[in-house]
Amino acid sequence: MNRLAEWLLPVLVGVLVLGAWEAVVRHYDLPPYILPAPSVIAGKLVSDWSILGPSLLFTLETTSLALVAAVIGGGALAILFAQSRVIERSLFPYAVVLQVTPIVAVAPLIIIWVDNTLVALLICAWIVAFFPILSNTTLGLNSADRNLGALFQIYGASRWQVLRFLRLPSAMPYFLAGLRISGGLSLIGAVVAEFVAGAGGRESGLAYRILEAGYRIDLPRMFAALFLISLTGIAIYLLLSGLSHLVLRQWHESATRAED
Amino acid sequence: MALPIVTLDRVRKRFANGTEALDDVSLAIRPGEFLSLLGPSGCGKSTVLRLIAGLTPPSAGTVAWDEGRDLGFVFQEPTLMPWARVLANVLLPLRLAGMQRQPAEARARATLALVGLEDFDRAFPRQLSGGMKMRVSIARALVTEPRLLLMDEPFAALDEITRLKLNDDLLTLWQRQRFTAVFVTHSVFESVYLSSRILVMSARPGRIAADIAIDAPYPRHAGFRLSPDYARHCAEVSAALVQAMAA
Repeated sequence: MNRLAEWLLPVLVGVLVLGAWEAVVRHYDLPPYILPAPSVIAGKLVSDWSILGPSLLFTLETTSLALVAAVIGGGALAILFAQSRVIERSLFPYAVVLQVTPIVAVAPLIIIWVDNTLVALLICAWIVAFFPILSNTTLGLNSADRNLGALFQIYGASRWQVLRFLRLPSAMPYFLAGLRISGGLSLIGAVVAEFVAGAGGRESGLAYRILEAGYRIDLPRMFAALFLISLTGIAIYLLLSGLSHLVLRQWHESATRAED
Repeated sequence: MALPIVTLDRVRKRFANGTEALDDVSLAIRPGEFLSLLGPSGCGKSTVLRLIAGLTPPSAGTVAWDEGRDLGFVFQEPTLMPWARVLANVLLPLRLAGMQRQPAEARARATLALVGLEDFDRAFPRQLSGGMKMRVSIARALVTEPRLLLMDEPFAALDEITRLKLNDDLLTLWQRQRFTAVFVTHSVFESVYLSSRILVMSARPGRIAADIAIDAPYPRHAGFRLSPDYARHCAEVSAALVQAMAA
């Protein structure tokens, strides 16, 4: 299968589904509060852009800040864990507790405790997003080649040198795989937290627009907001995959082509 | 005779799992010699290298250097950093020693030229063949100009043709750079071709069973492999190995 076909096939499927959807709605003359046609949703996206645009920006802001926090927090914790088995054994179970407790159950508490909406949302999104980075990077830091480790020992490398020149580069592919998962999770975390917070006003993201449109049975706007959330998720995934490829293409098996 | 660089005196090594790797091993590495440790797998020859390199302490006995520890190490695998270009891989020991960038780079380039890879400084390890990777590994071990080069079956995973070529290149390097070499192998033919002295080891627990001098003069070339002298040495070493394995 050539590269063009690889891209064209999913696009073709999308166009067919949208066409069928449009045809069904028109044929049965379904009202927009049951199922809006794709053309109506597209129209809504344009006409309501003054409301949806800023919400998209807000969601993007929360998501990207949460991801940055996940990278810093998850990465720093991983480096800390890699320093000693004692620290790792003592703290890792609590990282797991944070990960397995459903965020919708914790979010109300955080929203009561933290006044600032953005900060509350960030904390929720961070809790959801940091774990893949933490666990992957920890695994990566501990999987440096044993013989290379011996070599560093022979040359009397300091702890810092071992970290900087051996363990961090070894962990890079693992970290990037974690980052790709965390990117999607930050968006999920941000959206879920916003549903729980239900905050209106200037600081409201796409999730709030969905809630709001739900109360008004404005299905076209719900779909429009949903479309933007999906689009954001896809963009994050593509962006992080591209970054991963860029960093690893020179040396890692996952990013190099078989023939060269 | 000059004083040994490294002396192992009645060294024993028992691993945490109870395995007796070495039992009462004494040996002296003399400056300038090419010493091979020959034996079946499990005879502790790699453990001897790790003891000399200070990677593991002896359970009993002593490992003593005449001066400070000063060595290069070549593993069975090339053990290169896959994320770093060839030059950066060779630079590593100098970088860890805190040497300045420019003189370090000049030295790394010169060492790469010694192993015939001066044109591959910008390549990544995955772009090189097995033999070339091993050359980079040797260059990295030699870049600090160590007095002692330890090699742990470095050519075992290579094909025969590459292996013979690297044997010759290693001997040339050894004669030109005047380091002392300790070479671990399980090949009688390889050890006789390369070494000025061979220590034959027996297994479980590892002991030194025979100490055989190979007095054929250097430089040795491919012709040496066909000489009656070579055949005689191989027969002698093989017999010692058979005896060591029967004991």
